[in-house]
Parts: sequence; C-alpha cells; structure tokens
Amino acid sequence: MSFERVQEKLNILADAAKYDVSCSSSGSNRTNTNKGLGNASNSGICHTYTEDGRCVSLLKILLTNHCIFDCAYCVTRKSNDIKRAAFQVQEVVDLTINFYRRNYIEGLFLSSGIFKSADYTMERLVAVAKKLRLEENFNGYIHLKSIPGASDELMREAGLYADRLSVNIEIPTKQGLKLLAPDKNRADFIKPMEKVKNEIIQYKNEKKLIKSTPKYAPAGQSTQMIVGASGENDMQIMYTSNYFYKNFNLKRVYYSGYVPISYDTRLPQIGTPVPMLRENRLYQTDWLLRFYGFNIEEILNEQHQHLDLDIDPKLGWALRNLHEFPVDVNTADKRMLARIPGLGMKSVYKILHARRYRQLNWEHLKAIGVSLNRAKYFLICASNTFETRDLTPEKIKGLILQNSKSKYTDMFSNQLNLFG
Amino acid sequence: METTLIYDGSYDGFLTAVFTAFEMKLKAVTMVTSERFQQPLFGTYETVITDQEKANRIWAGLKKKMTANELRRFYYAFLSERPTMEDTLYQAIVYVFASKTNVASDFTNTHILEVSKLTKHVGREKHRMEAFVRFKLTKDGVYFANIEPDFNVLPLIKNHFKKRYADQKWLIYDLKRQYGIYYDLEQVDVISLEFDTDFDPSKTSTALFAEVELEFQQLWNDYFKSTNIASRKNMKLHIKHVPKRYWKYLSEKQ
Repeated sequence: MSFERVQEKLNILADAAKYDVSCSSSGSNRTNTNKGLGNASNSGICHTYTEDGRCVSLLKILLTNHCIFDCAYCVTRKSNDIKRAAFQVQEVVDLTINFYRRNYIEGLFLSSGIFKSADYTMERLVAVAKKLRLEENFNGYIHLKSIPGASDELMREAGLYADRLSVNIEIPTKQGLKLLAPDKNRADFIKPMEKVKNEIIQYKNEKKLIKSTPKYAPAGQSTQMIVGASGENDMQIMYTSNYFYKNFNLKRVYYSGYVPISYDTRLPQIGTPVPMLRENRLYQTDWLLRFYGFNIEEILNEQHQHLDLDIDPKLGWALRNLHEFPVDVNTADKRMLARIPGLGMKSVYKILHARRYRQLNWEHLKAIGVSLNRAKYFLICASNTFETRDLTPEKIKGLILQNSKSKYTDMFSNQLNLFG
Repeated sequence: METTLIYDGSYDGFLTAVFTAFEMKLKAVTMVTSERFQQPLFGTYETVITDQEKANRIWAGLKKKMTANELRRFYYAFLSERPTMEDTLYQAIVYVFASKTNVASDFTNTHILEVSKLTKHVGREKHRMEAFVRFKLTKDGVYFANIEPDFNVLPLIKNHFKKRYADQKWLIYDLKRQYGIYYDLEQVDVISLEFDTDFDPSKTSTALFAEVELEFQQLWNDYFKSTNIASRKNMKLHIKHVPKRYWKYLSEKQ
C-alpha cells in the first residue's frame, strides 16, 4: 500500500462520503470465531466524534466519486467540477483492517458513486466485503450501500457478507425526486430493498430449521432522506418513513438536514442555514414511533402537518390531548407512562420497579430523574400538592418554555421570526 | 461508637469487611482502604484480612436476594472508587439482607438509588474506554495503549478486548493505577511496567513504535478532518462526547 496515494484518495473519498448520515454499528451479532479479528455486537461503539458532534464509528468512504448520475443535491454529481478518485479493492481492505486493529473503528461503511453501471459498481463493493470476510477473517461490522438498479444476484451475495444494507431514498416525495434527481427512479430504490427484505425473512426461516444457515444482513436495512431540499412538510417526511418501517421492516430511517453545496436554483442557496432543529424534531418523532408506542397519525395529520419547533413532539401531542391527563404514575400502565412529557423510557422502567415498594411522590420522581419541569402538569402521584388542573394548553406551554432553556434557543429565535 | 474497618482495596477484601461487620454486630461502621485510612479522633479501628471464604458467603447471600443484573450493579459501584462508595454499598447490602423480598431495584431507597447512579458513571466510563483506547503498534509487534480512566475499569473491559482482538497481541495500561492487562494470544494477564524516565505516553516515538504506525495515525487524522462538516460545527456537543481530559491519548486530537 502506497501511503501517499492512499492518503490523497482517503481525503477525497472520505470527504465525499460525509453527507451520508448513517453511522450506527449496532444491531448485529457477529461473534469472533476461530480466533479471527473483530466482532460486531448489539450495541455499537462510537470511537470518536467530529467537531460537528456526529459520531464516528465506521470508516465511512466512497469506493469512487466518479458518477454517471447528476443529482442536484449531491457533491459527487457528474456536473460538479471536483477532483475524482477511486480506491482499489485491496486498499479499502488494508485501511479497514489497520484502522480496526488500532481500535479506531467498528468496521466499514462503503458507499460509491456509480461508475459505468449499477452492477459493475455493486460487484466491487461486494468484492471488498468478501475479501474482508474470507481472506482477512474479519468479523467486524460491514455496512454496504446498495446501488439502485443492482441485480438480485448481487444483492443476495451482498447480504451474505454485510451486516447492514441500505439504499438511500434521498428525497421524501416522488415529485421532489423527479425535480432534483431526474436520472433516478424511485422504483429502482424499492426493488433492491424488497429483495433484501425477502432474503432476510427467508434466511431467518431457514435458520430455524438448519442451524448452519449463514447470517444474512443480521443488522437489517436502513435508508436516509434529505430534509429541507425539496420543500416537503414534516407530515410527508414522517409518513414516508412510516411506510418504509412498516413495509420493509427497516431498522432505521435517517434524516439529513440539507447542507447547501450547490448554486443550482432548484435548491436552497449556499449560506442557507442547515435545518438542524427540524432534523432533531424528526428524530424525536421517529423515536416516538419506534420505542414509545405512538401511531404516526397521533402526531402528524391533516390538521397538524408540521412539528412544533419550540417544543418536542411528545409535549406537543400531550398539549393537544389534555383529556388523556393527568396520569397517575402509581397505577398507570407502561404505555401511558411513556406518554407523559418529561419521562423517558429509563424513567418509566425505574417507576415501574420502584412503585412496587411504595407509592411514589414528587421527591421520588425527582430522584429517579424525571424532568418535572415538563412532567408536573401531566401527572399525579402520592403527594397532596398538585399543579392546578384547569390550565389551558397555551398556559402550560408558556409556563414550560419560561422555565426551560433549550440548547437551540439562539437558533430558535431566528426561526421564530421566519415563521411567526 | 463508630468502628472503622480497614481493608486492602480489593472487592473480596470489601466483602470480607462486610462479613466482619455482620459478624461483630457493629451498629456504626465505616469501611476504608488502607491507602485512604486516617486515624480517627474518636472511635475504634480494625484491619480486616481478606478471606475468600467470607467474601464468597456474602456474595452467595446477595446472589440469592437479587438478580444477576442487580448484582452486577454492586460490583460496578465498587469500581467507582468514590470515597463514599463503601458506605453506600454497605447500607444497600444491609437493606437487601433485612428485606424478605427483593429490594435491590427499590429506587426510592437512597442507597439503592446511589448504587444505580454510581453504576451509571462506571458503565459510561467502561464504554468510553472501549471507544477511546488507541492501540499503537510497537516494534515488537504488540498493540499498545495507555489510558487514564476516572474509574477502575480495566477488569470490566478485559473480555471485550479479548473477544475482539483475538489474533493480535495487545496491552492496555492504566497509567493512573499503574497496572495493565496484556493479551499474549492465549490469555489476559495483569501486569505492571516500569517506564523509562523519558517515556512520553502521549507521543509515538520511532524508537519504540513501528514505522507504519505513524502513517496510519496520519491517515486516521486525515480521515477525522475530512469527515467533519464545517457548516454544522458544534464544539459544545463535540466536547460533551469527547471530554478534553481524554484528548492527550487520542491520536485524532493531537
């Protein structure tokens, strides 16, 4: 491996891959057998964080930034005048192994621009994973980005070596995709996703019968959407997301606040702030769907198409549904406890345990770690003092905002002016 | 009158002290390692000699009273090395033994809650060390790392590294506690080292480390820089995730 050449390629191809949000290395269960190198566990490890605060757990690179497509939102688009490079298969293998041995990373996230054709590119991605597994005896995490339009045969092989596969659907709506990525076709994203979903189900069934059945994409599939590039509202984004969770058993959907990188008039101009707060609210909503038992219709619907920027989505839902409150923390079921603003799943778990021993009061809740600033308007406990019950939603919201300090306050004051 | 029990700092030593406190039916008792012990103005003190059997009896007694996960919390809390840790654990143990039902998750009890908080601190540090160990390849072909964790987490991370790096020799050295764990491709041993006076653990001297080592550090450094998105810069968040006290051994922060 020539140090200088690899150094130059790494700088170009890591820079080009950084807009891919996925970094998780969790959800797999690959053990290190026969004294090889590495394993992949259910909870991944973030080995460092970039200065923008995002986790680094995988070596995230493109195999090449040559691309035959011209998607407006992408730095790698054909018409962009940038330096191009391409890794050799062995170079990616060497980088991964040597970074892994030094405990820099949990594994590899390999994506690529599309050179020549979908299959030609996908074949090389698979070759990297295959070499890592079979020649280097590597059991760490591998995430391959499926190339839209790749053949079923290659997708099947990819899943045998990778822990996770993903296809980025990029733009939340069909119309948006047509506008910004005229060469791309949503059906091409769906096809490999469908294939992988079916293979996962099939391999799982076989494994029940035959223990030696190999693992197929044990960490499942994920996808990502760019937020704020094509004018869609939060409802459209989250309904799309919900559709993919429900129909393709996706493990994760990522939301990527659009970072302006182009003077294309179809897109927000360079210098437009990245919609980080909005991105945060979408992730919170995503969490409510996956872990808190909410239905998407409860949070976003025709009457309520945008998430509040000033308060989190659970609080927003609670204020619109005050008739469900107050909840008695000493008797309520898990589902209802999880719906109290200010209570995370950890607090819920602690309450369920602790209340077996005695009736919980304000002091207990505070000690457990409940954020009473929000929660106190929505619950009753074994105390005589309660917040007045006849407050209006507006009044409660005002009181909560008065007593809280959001890390987004500065950003928010700007956005208030925009929307208010 | 308060009795101070002095033990050797090991977990078995602590459990022996707990056994002793029950055996002597001590009402007011405090436990302290021989290193931290200062002669009290009032009260008596006694040195406890670690006794595997007595320790096992306490441990087995606890095992009957709580789940494996709750038991694990007690051990984690012990590794926190906090000065109040022994008393917290002792009080929690007294509470557990005094109750007919399992109260080890009764978070309304201050001692139980405190144990769970200490566990959280230690657990986080364990996780951080699994993340922030940076191996450097020595000329002898050993992957070497120094750490200075806030809590004594080497016993907790041993298995993680053993499972993960089964095909390379590695050594993780805790500079604060002056001991390390060394894997020789067969098993993990506890070792202590003597460093030359001019050894600087935050540097990668070419006298000790392989030539390619510096190249890969450079590549990692470059990678770390190229993957940053400047327009999303958020140093507050960055420092929250990567506290400054860890920086000196992180090659990407050099």
